[in-house]
Amino acid sequence: MASVSQEAGAVGRKRQTRSTSAILLNFLGSMNLAITLLVAICIASVIGTVVQQNQPYEDYLSKFGPFWFPIFDNLGLYDVYSAMWYLAMLAFLVVSVSVCLARQTPGMLREMGKFREHQQERSLRAFSNHREWRTTLSPDEVETVAARALKHNGMRMRRKDRGDAVLLAGMAGSSNRIGYILTHLAIVVICVGGLVDGNLMLKYREWTGDLTLETRNIPVSQIGDESRIPPGRGSFRGMVNIPEGAAARVVFLPLRDGYIVQELPFRIEVEEFRVEHWDTGEPSLFESDLIITGSGIDEPIHHTLRVNHPLIIDGYAIYQSSFGDGGSTLNLRGWSLLGDGAEPLNIEQKVSSREQIEFADGSLTLELTEFETFNTRRVPGTESREMEELGPSFEYRLRGTDGSAREFHNYMRPVDIDGRKFFLSGMRTTPQEPFRYLHLPADRNDRPDTFLFFHDALSSEQRLRDASERGARVAMREFGLDQEELVPQVAATGRELARQLLDEGLGSVMTELESRMAGQGEEETRQSLVMFSRLVLERTLWEAFTDARTAAGDDPERELGESDQVFFQDALSTIPALAEYGVPLFLELDSYNHRQATGLQIARAPGANIVYFGSALLVAGILLLFYVSHRRVWCWIRSDGGRTMLLVAGANQRDPLSFERKFGVLGEEFDKRLKAAESTTGRHGSGDA
Amino acid sequence: MSTPQETMAVGFDERGFLRRLSAFDWIWALVFLAATIYASVTFAPWMDRYEQGILYLSWATLVGVGWMWKPARIFSAALALVALFAVARYPDLAAAQSDFFLNYLLSSQAAIMWMCALFLAATPVYFAGLLLRSEFLNKLGTALTWLASGAGFLGLLVRWWESYLIAPEVGRIPVTNLYEVFVLFAFTTALIYLYYEHRYKTRAMGGFVGLIISASIGFLLWYHFAQGAHEIEPLIPALQSWWMKIHVPTNFVAYGAFAIAAMIGVAYVIQARNPQKWQERGLPSAEVMDDLMYKNIALGFAFFTIATILGALWAAEAWGGYWSWDPKETWSLITWLNYAAWLHLRFTKGWRGVPMAWWAIIGLFVVTFTFLGVNIFLSGLHSYGEL
Repeated sequence: MASVSQEAGAVGRKRQTRSTSAILLNFLGSMNLAITLLVAICIASVIGTVVQQNQPYEDYLSKFGPFWFPIFDNLGLYDVYSAMWYLAMLAFLVVSVSVCLARQTPGMLREMGKFREHQQERSLRAFSNHREWRTTLSPDEVETVAARALKHNGMRMRRKDRGDAVLLAGMAGSSNRIGYILTHLAIVVICVGGLVDGNLMLKYREWTGDLTLETRNIPVSQIGDESRIPPGRGSFRGMVNIPEGAAARVVFLPLRDGYIVQELPFRIEVEEFRVEHWDTGEPSLFESDLIITGSGIDEPIHHTLRVNHPLIIDGYAIYQSSFGDGGSTLNLRGWSLLGDGAEPLNIEQKVSSREQIEFADGSLTLELTEFETFNTRRVPGTESREMEELGPSFEYRLRGTDGSAREFHNYMRPVDIDGRKFFLSGMRTTPQEPFRYLHLPADRNDRPDTFLFFHDALSSEQRLRDASERGARVAMREFGLDQEELVPQVAATGRELARQLLDEGLGSVMTELESRMAGQGEEETRQSLVMFSRLVLERTLWEAFTDARTAAGDDPERELGESDQVFFQDALSTIPALAEYGVPLFLELDSYNHRQATGLQIARAPGANIVYFGSALLVAGILLLFYVSHRRVWCWIRSDGGRTMLLVAGANQRDPLSFERKFGVLGEEFDKRLKAAESTTGRHGSGDA
Repeated sequence: MSTPQETMAVGFDERGFLRRLSAFDWIWALVFLAATIYASVTFAPWMDRYEQGILYLSWATLVGVGWMWKPARIFSAALALVALFAVARYPDLAAAQSDFFLNYLLSSQAAIMWMCALFLAATPVYFAGLLLRSEFLNKLGTALTWLASGAGFLGLLVRWWESYLIAPEVGRIPVTNLYEVFVLFAFTTALIYLYYEHRYKTRAMGGFVGLIISASIGFLLWYHFAQGAHEIEPLIPALQSWWMKIHVPTNFVAYGAFAIAAMIGVAYVIQARNPQKWQERGLPSAEVMDDLMYKNIALGFAFFTIATILGALWAAEAWGGYWSWDPKETWSLITWLNYAAWLHLRFTKGWRGVPMAWWAIIGLFVVTFTFLGVNIFLSGLHSYGEL
């Protein structure tokens, strides 16, 4: 790429007489094109870091909308670095560098051997770095001194007899030019290596129709040959998740919104997967016990695979990459939130599977998506910054018959928040938003039963009626009213207030009461009416609570304490929030049978060694280019009226400033050497001319 | 071949590099070699062969640097002695509070706070020295910068020990999260600056370089007090590798050099507005600053190239591919291409002056995004140091 500036001008003038191919070659090798490409690639690369690459296509669709989604898709923005236009720019850069290299290398190699002995005394004087001496030493003696000085400065030299004068032409650091060649060669080599390992071949075969992208989520055995690549010499990089106790002999190569199946020449069985955690909840170690068998492998290979320690078999590198759930079985209890008093459903389902649930309200599809046994994190839905171990959790999706779904994230065990315990259940309507967590208070037995029965009692017409009638009697008795015929009317008020409380909260109930009583009689009467209504509401709720406690197995006659009051209040503040839960089903994780899966990345990268070789060239080249400076020094020696004149001139194009300093030092060295030589010969009197 | 006697007579030293080394040079190198061998034998159960290799490589690097840049010998020797003293007084973590020296000077937290204070002091002192043309203040600035670098370096060395005190399996080199690398960045930048200060015999750039270091100190303090980032946290499996020891420090030499180049760019742009006035005030000439800028970018570019290649080699081992177009990798490529373009224009087109200075300044923004922005704004494989 580097064309020395004077040469560039000369090339420009000759352009007229050249053929088209020469003009093209000239353009490809030009510095301007190279710089433009460098900057253009920089800018294009930014896109791929701003738009997250290779995400599921639904995510892009919901992010960019139906208008922009296909436009961005056509531009290849979801996989910029293998988009045609991006690769074309890289290819142009490689071509540009290659052309430069081809044009410059011969000249540079020739230059390395040239000592420029054609310099004249006048041309040497024109150098900005030159110094002259006149000495009593003979020309031969001066030549010896000069040769010694040049040699001491690491210079190779040529001597040239120029009639009345002698020219010593010295040169050092010509490997600087090698640096140029190596760096640029390295870029080409690295790009070629990268190309070998890229997925260009895969895309080409897909384009020609040789391969078909599989987009369905189906078992490997059902995937047709048109989406499979048999084991071969080519490069690939794919992923496979293998549950404990299972085996695989393929990996999946992701491409756009689908994948291709790459078959392996061996079979990988996962005996066991282990993960250990730090106190912070981060994994401290994960590893898989593998057994690898295959036609080319005599003895089954038993190997424990760890992160940062890949296993390499016959050019195939196997990496411990990730881990996840391998189809754990969850035993769930499904609580109806309809107020129908239904017994909880017992559901047994595997993670990553979907099943129909027949439900009073119709049919729902339950998709279990995730299951984690460890969750060290901040308590969700609180301000706390403390990391805590919250125990197992699972995520699921409930899809109605109309296809709309909500996602949930529930913890198995209640979580301690300010000394009270709650079951956390997160809900969201789209994958983009964060979960919003509902806090269901846990009862004395650390169960959600009391709360759920309480909710059930309040949601059921019949049981709320029972509770409200009992509540009305209690309230009337406390208020000193004893008119049985008023009970239904008072109870109806109690129910109405209770429903409003559940839907809108206590504040709304109080406002409603105030406004209802406004303009009715005296201030005093109004006050006592409000108090009475409130009492009826409280007693109604309390009766329902007692029913719930009884249903949950608590002794109804038990002396209640402060913690029961707190539970009661927490329950009342949670119940209105349940209205937004969206699906009348709460899933509680009862027990589970954990089965993990290991995530392996398997790659064949025959280009890797090419890339590493290129990298070595690059480093060597850069060091030569920056830290070896190419410099020339000429010494012109001739007799000048009984004395000898020495003219020393030097040049370094790359780094003139430090050369100026170095030349100063060199001048001093010449000075001292000349003086020393004179003192040994006994003839004094040299000096700067 | 001249003998030393001849040299005396001529007043000119014709000996080669090795023969010009003083007795102190050799003793210093040998003492460190002995210490290295001792460490390599004593801690052998904890180190694999790569880590042994890195240990000896560090020794060789140190000797190379010390022989070429003599003040580094005193610095390293003093640092080693103080670090050993700190470790000797540090049998368990409780000692950080109970021991006077550890509590106020030598525990990693104390040392890093000293580093922050000294760097923040050095910058105005350098500027005052420049504007008042006071040689004393300039020398004071240099002294403060040396002390600050020592404190920062000590802070990380002691932190290394502390990580093992938490639990032996938690122990690791302290260059693994954003907090630690900010300390690394601060003193690496300062040391590279000090080298060029020594080489170019000008202290005028101290304040400018101090600005970028102070900015990083500001971030560090915020990160410490607002986010509690100074806690030592154990490592996830992907980071438990000896590659960490070479990949990260190499990168930070590059970041430091790029930062210095940008700050010299700032000085260059300021001077270009009124060259006469500023040169009278003691800023170096445009040529010298241009040269310094180039030297730093070249140094940064060389180290950045090596660091990126080391990163690729590590990625090949940990992630299963030497290049994944992860945002950090991509931004490294962008940074690399950016400086490659800068160097090409300088080498082949002979560009100099204000545009190149501005470009060096913009380059620092690109570097900052690579270093920091990627972790904050983009997600990817490198998202270890999230805010």
